[in-house]
Amino acid sequence: MNDSPLQTVNLSRAFGIVEVLRGIDLQVARGEFVAVVGPSGCGKTTLLSLFSGYEQPTSGTVVRNGRVRTVFQRDGLFPWLTCADNIALGLRELSDAGERREHMRRLLGLINLNGFADRFPHQLSGGMRQLVELARALAGDTDILLMDEPFSALDYLLRLRMRGELVRLLHECPRTVVFVTHDIEEAAQLADRIIVLTERPGRIRTEVRLSAPRPRNPTDPAVVKAVHRILTEMGLESDPSGPDFAL
Amino acid sequence: MSGQGSCFGVWRLPLVVVVTALLLWYALSATGIFLPSVFPPPARVATGFGEELRTGRLPHDIVVSLFRVGAGFGAAVVLGVPVGLLLAHRPRWRVAFSPAINFFRSLSPLAWIPFAILWFGIGDLPAIFLIFLSSIFPLILATMVAVDEIPSVYFRVAHEHGIGGWELARRVTFPAILPQLITALRVTAGVAWLVVVAAEMVAGRDGLGFAIMDARNGLRIDLVVVGMIVIGVIGVVIDRLITNLTRMPNVRWGYER
Repeated sequence: MNDSPLQTVNLSRAFGIVEVLRGIDLQVARGEFVAVVGPSGCGKTTLLSLFSGYEQPTSGTVVRNGRVRTVFQRDGLFPWLTCADNIALGLRELSDAGERREHMRRLLGLINLNGFADRFPHQLSGGMRQLVELARALAGDTDILLMDEPFSALDYLLRLRMRGELVRLLHECPRTVVFVTHDIEEAAQLADRIIVLTERPGRIRTEVRLSAPRPRNPTDPAVVKAVHRILTEMGLESDPSGPDFAL
Repeated sequence: MSGQGSCFGVWRLPLVVVVTALLLWYALSATGIFLPSVFPPPARVATGFGEELRTGRLPHDIVVSLFRVGAGFGAAVVLGVPVGLLLAHRPRWRVAFSPAINFFRSLSPLAWIPFAILWFGIGDLPAIFLIFLSSIFPLILATMVAVDEIPSVYFRVAHEHGIGGWELARRVTFPAILPQLITALRVTAGVAWLVVVAAEMVAGRDGLGFAIMDARNGLRIDLVVVGMIVIGVIGVVIDRLITNLTRMPNVRWGYER
């Protein structure tokens, strides 16, 4: 139980008089993929800042076991550094230059951007930038990957492709993941467990577990069923019988 | 739409304008409506230019003026940018100093001329002092504003990768503000070049500003025009040189988004 890489107890955060998160109890298992969904402004991003240690809770505790890296929605790469130099930031703790080079080559190969090492982020497409950021977050011996709506700035078709890429990369480099998104389909396609937050102040409304193996299609019955459950839970879908899986 | 076009097209149109202006100037003086002593013809200005070159006075004045701008502006950059960075990261200091900095920025550097002469006499120092004053306050403010506009996500990334303290300033804050800083340098260098002329007119014994005043006192209106042309051309060249900094690959992002 204490092996949990990320654990919170009664975690709350307020900014002045605005209470953003209230009493979050969460335990993430090693290697688990947890998605956090909820209406905008419910404190999803704040939750990630608390996980990463960038912000401190107003009350409650966060316990981290391992190194944390975040992938941001946009602009997470330093625009004044080339792709290779950005990824190299993630390899800072490796003291051996040869080893760093080797890792770099492997990471660039993993995201299929070998030819783009010396390009600057603004010379890449939005999807490529997110891949480079993902490579930086996976670089080095990180344990916990936090993702803050990493694909929400991309168009729908590209988003579908990027989900596939993420599943593939995590297969190669397994990590414990907390993935924040407002896209419920995305959460259902990727996660082992979906945490649904309430409106502000965000509390855990419900939890949905999925055991279907990845990669999952967006129209996989397990995905559709989870989406239906969450939407119903949030009061956005009214049909109580649910979609007809028999067809 | 344009811009990309043909390479010499960029030069051709401005050239047409300049040549037309010169022809107009020539034609106007050729009509004889104006006295040559009030409206010098191009030929006379060209002769004056050659004369000034031969005696070595013009090259000397150019070097002297450039040196003063270089010294005053250089000192303002070396001091102003770090001070701006410091104030941007120290909210209380910023609150304390901002009104004073704004006050001095709003105060024309020319208002300092009496003190410049009183304290530094005549020569290089008063001009350098005035140029320094004209540049440092805008640079401090521009640096502060540029730091404010850095997206917080950069600092989050830095935090996660263990970049802090001096390394944060060197590897994140400075490169993040560099594109805006270059724009600020362009503007302030332009102002510095304006101020040196005024400073030399009242507190110099040489330099391009003094050359203009001296020519006027000697009723050599053609040499006034020589000075004006040289000052304008050098101003354009300085601006071009600083604009070239925007071609560095690690700042391009700031101009292409």
